[in-house]
Amino acid sequence: MALDSKIPQGPIEDKWTNYKNHIDLVNPANKRNIDVIVVGTGLAGGSAAATLAELGYNVKAFCFQDSPRRAHSIAAQGGINAAKNYQGDGDSTYRLFYDTVKGGDYRSREANVYRLAEVSANIIDQCVAQGVPFAREYGGLLDNRSFGGVLVSRTFYAAGQTGQQLLLGAYSAMNRQIGRGKIKMYNRHEMLDVVKVDGKARGIITRNLITGEIERHSAHAVVLGTGGYGNVFFLSTNAMGSNVTAAWKAHKRGAYFANPCYTQIHPTCIPVYGDHQSKLTLMSESLRNDGRIWVPKHKKDVEAIRNKTLKPTQLAEADRDYYLERRYPAFGNLVPRDVASRAAKERCDAGFGVNATGEAVYLDFASAIQRYGKEQAHVKGLDENDAVLVKKLGQEVVKNKYGNLFQMYEKIVDENPYETPMMIYPAVHYTMGGIRVDYNLMTTVPGLYAIGEANFSDHGANRLGASALMQGLADGYFVLPYTIGDYLSDDIRTGPISTDTKEFEEAEAEVRKNIEHLINNKGSHSVDYFHKRLGKIMWNKCGMARNAEDLKSAITEISELRAEFWKDVRVPGTANEFNEELAKAGRVADFLELGELFAKDALEREESAGGHFREEYQTPEGEAMRRKEFQYVSAWEYKGEPKDAVLHKEALAYENIEVKERSYK
Amino acid sequence: MLTIKGKWLITKSAISLRDMSFLEMLDVLNNELIEKGDEPVSFDHDCREGICGSCSLYINGEAHGPDRGVTTCQLHMRMFKDGDTIFIEPFRAKAFPVIKDLVVDRTAFDRIQHAGGFISVNTSGNTIDANTIPVNKADADDAFSAATCIGCGACVASCKNSSAMLFVGAKVSQFALLPQGQVEATDRVLNMVKQMDDEGFGNCTNTGACEVECPKGISLENIARMNREYLAASLKG
Ligand SMILES: Cc1cc2nc3c(=O)[nH]c(=O)nc-3n(C[C@H](O)[C@H](O)[C@H](O)COP(=O)(O)OP(=O)(O)OC[C@H]3O[C@@H](n4cnc5c(N)ncnc54)[C@H](O)[C@@H]3O)c2cc1C
Ligand code: SF4
Ligand code: FES
Repeated sequence: MALDSKIPQGPIEDKWTNYKNHIDLVNPANKRNIDVIVVGTGLAGGSAAATLAELGYNVKAFCFQDSPRRAHSIAAQGGINAAKNYQGDGDSTYRLFYDTVKGGDYRSREANVYRLAEVSANIIDQCVAQGVPFAREYGGLLDNRSFGGVLVSRTFYAAGQTGQQLLLGAYSAMNRQIGRGKIKMYNRHEMLDVVKVDGKARGIITRNLITGEIERHSAHAVVLGTGGYGNVFFLSTNAMGSNVTAAWKAHKRGAYFANPCYTQIHPTCIPVYGDHQSKLTLMSESLRNDGRIWVPKHKKDVEAIRNKTLKPTQLAEADRDYYLERRYPAFGNLVPRDVASRAAKERCDAGFGVNATGEAVYLDFASAIQRYGKEQAHVKGLDENDAVLVKKLGQEVVKNKYGNLFQMYEKIVDENPYETPMMIYPAVHYTMGGIRVDYNLMTTVPGLYAIGEANFSDHGANRLGASALMQGLADGYFVLPYTIGDYLSDDIRTGPISTDTKEFEEAEAEVRKNIEHLINNKGSHSVDYFHKRLGKIMWNKCGMARNAEDLKSAITEISELRAEFWKDVRVPGTANEFNEELAKAGRVADFLELGELFAKDALEREESAGGHFREEYQTPEGEAMRRKEFQYVSAWEYKGEPKDAVLHKEALAYENIEVKERSYK
Repeated sequence: MLTIKGKWLITKSAISLRDMSFLEMLDVLNNELIEKGDEPVSFDHDCREGICGSCSLYINGEAHGPDRGVTTCQLHMRMFKDGDTIFIEPFRAKAFPVIKDLVVDRTAFDRIQHAGGFISVNTSGNTIDANTIPVNKADADDAFSAATCIGCGACVASCKNSSAMLFVGAKVSQFALLPQGQVEATDRVLNMVKQMDDEGFGNCTNTGACEVECPKGISLENIARMNREYLAASLKG
């Protein structure tokens, strides 16, 4: 099947408007006869469910948590981008588009990214109207901060809890529709399969996580807003329940999976500290607005710091290596994530890591505290040379901006980051890869849509900070509601979809068979035991730097681990009760398949691009070496085992941006 | 050695537990139980960084345990001493029925929000430019503070009356402090309070236990503000 990306004709600035002017619409009376399933209530799913319901469709929404408000989006910290140009610093739709395509290392689709930039400003208007309490300046207008990979200040934020505030906004929009009866909400329900009837997605099979009941749900279209798959690494900044199951089941039913190897390793996370660790904690990129990253210049100081005979605060300026400022003077500490992560790894591999494991660098706020303190003293007419006062005032400013992050750090590490620099190290954070969608956000299965982090669309090989929230809300509030209408306009006479058909019966039977196998297996190891082993393989062989040999052995090891899992996993309890181990087992089973496809994709992509760094393809300075031959989206078709997956290439054309070497120097 | 009252026992030494979070300790316990052929202990959790509000647990007589300003998932074992006995119970309230072990049903909170926890604006994007609604910074900051409630329910579990006033007060306050929230202020507070009562949450007798145990520092001022809003609304209505 040739991949059609369905990009509308015309100049890039007009595509979306032209598209909206020419699609088929469903009239309000007919919308009442159309059902839509939305799986996931994060920013993407929540905003989509609310908007579709408001338009008049009957929406059924699903999430595995006990409330839609707890979706993983709640954890997003730093901010959301929008090309508002409130700061008058030269921002524009084009510049946001340009930054995103360049930031993604020229591996995303131009038309999609342009549309994203185009609708971004509206997101902020929408959210403010909903009562989202963004940070403001003293004049009462909205404040902005900067994120990596850009030279303007376009990030809107609510302290370090931007995701929480945006999600609560989407949740409140959902609540309004739930109250009106237009959304029927299914909490604590896990989707375990997509049901296709006559080639179209017409429903899902779910398990009620409280009672264990297996249920059939039908609709005229199915939307997946089920998030990313970073937890394939076991340790990541994602919530514990984040999983690939919904996306993977869709893949098995015919949805191509695109660029699974594009993973974002975030440079500023709290380092790994023990074997029992269950997750990694992000320290928001916004901290790089004010924090400076460094390691000691000399090995002897590294030793002294590790032995605790020297404190980092005692090390003279001249003996510190602010390596990002040194290597990338134009962007300094605000280089994109992939670049910052690799630079940290490079220093640590060279033996300059500052903690016991040698895998940590400093993120230091001392200069910022000084700078802000002086400014405040000046503003308040106090003594700028009073060191104690300046520090106190400076710390207050920093607390106001990043208080919750500093508190989080202190609780975990048991050190006070106002007094001593934070220790940080890169960690798995986000997945740019995902279900392949066309311009309409439709997968290769008609009637099946994917939005938010679950799809592959807008970030290419590397996502810029504060762009995931933007994409999730753009997809859900402003894009999908149009594109899905065009599809559903053919369904106004279809009538309700019955669940009493052989397609639903077969899908349900398969789900039951899987569950029974897991419950009756009675092996010797817990689900976590396998998940941790998978995570180790992924991190060591498919992590920040990859090579052909490691990737080949990862493929073999993962497929062996999968066989062992099915033979030896132990799931206690029964299928007909609240059973978290059973839910986890199903998710890990899918990760064990995805992991192999991930490695296969990374092996096939013989270039370095964004988050995908192949050691064989680097410039003499150690920067990523992109290759023209690989200017395509890898869309994988399921054919049984992951090793049999078939690759379809969607060529990427750049007509509005010149493809250049991606430099942040 | 650590004993957890009831049927559970963990054999790791307190030293090796020290760096773990409380929930990681429960993970270790559960993995031991599973590999021994026993049933693990069920508890709610997801983000493990104090923001989703999934984790609950009443630990040694306190919601979210002995530390202040944190959720259970942010509680670390270094808060306990070797040889300590730890009592873990679910959050208890009539409106929060137990589902299993330590897992409770907090959907009553969602239903209160369905009753009025929103501003009725269409999500079409056809709204006015965000900066045409300036909001004084102090009000914006207070609205934000109220909005940081994570819906965990510790306030209810800590209250001898199982009152949900802090939770509801936080939402009512967020909107009451913003110009966007004024239009529906009357209906919002009346409907949310009615739903709160219908769900079986108790009355507020100003003991202040909720504020002490709230992991997000939601202040009692929000309850006072809601009372004012309620009074004003009742007079109007
Ligand atoms: C710590 C952290 C900080 C971040 N900070 C930022 C930031 O500052 N700015 C930014 O732009 N991005 C940030 N991100 C990224 C961003 O938060 C996510 O990419 C985004 O929120 C994903 O939203 P989503 O709606 O696609 O999915 P999610 O929010 O992950 O939601 C997934 C939904 O799907 C449901 N679900 C999943 N599987 C199933 C299933 N099988 N059955 C039923 N339901 C299911 C879940 O219940 C949930 O409701 C951050 C990420 C992390 C981890
Ligand atoms: S007010 Fe505090 S304790 Fe109550 S639900 Fe909100 S965050 Fe939890
Ligand atoms: S698990 Fe999310 S707040 Fe504790």
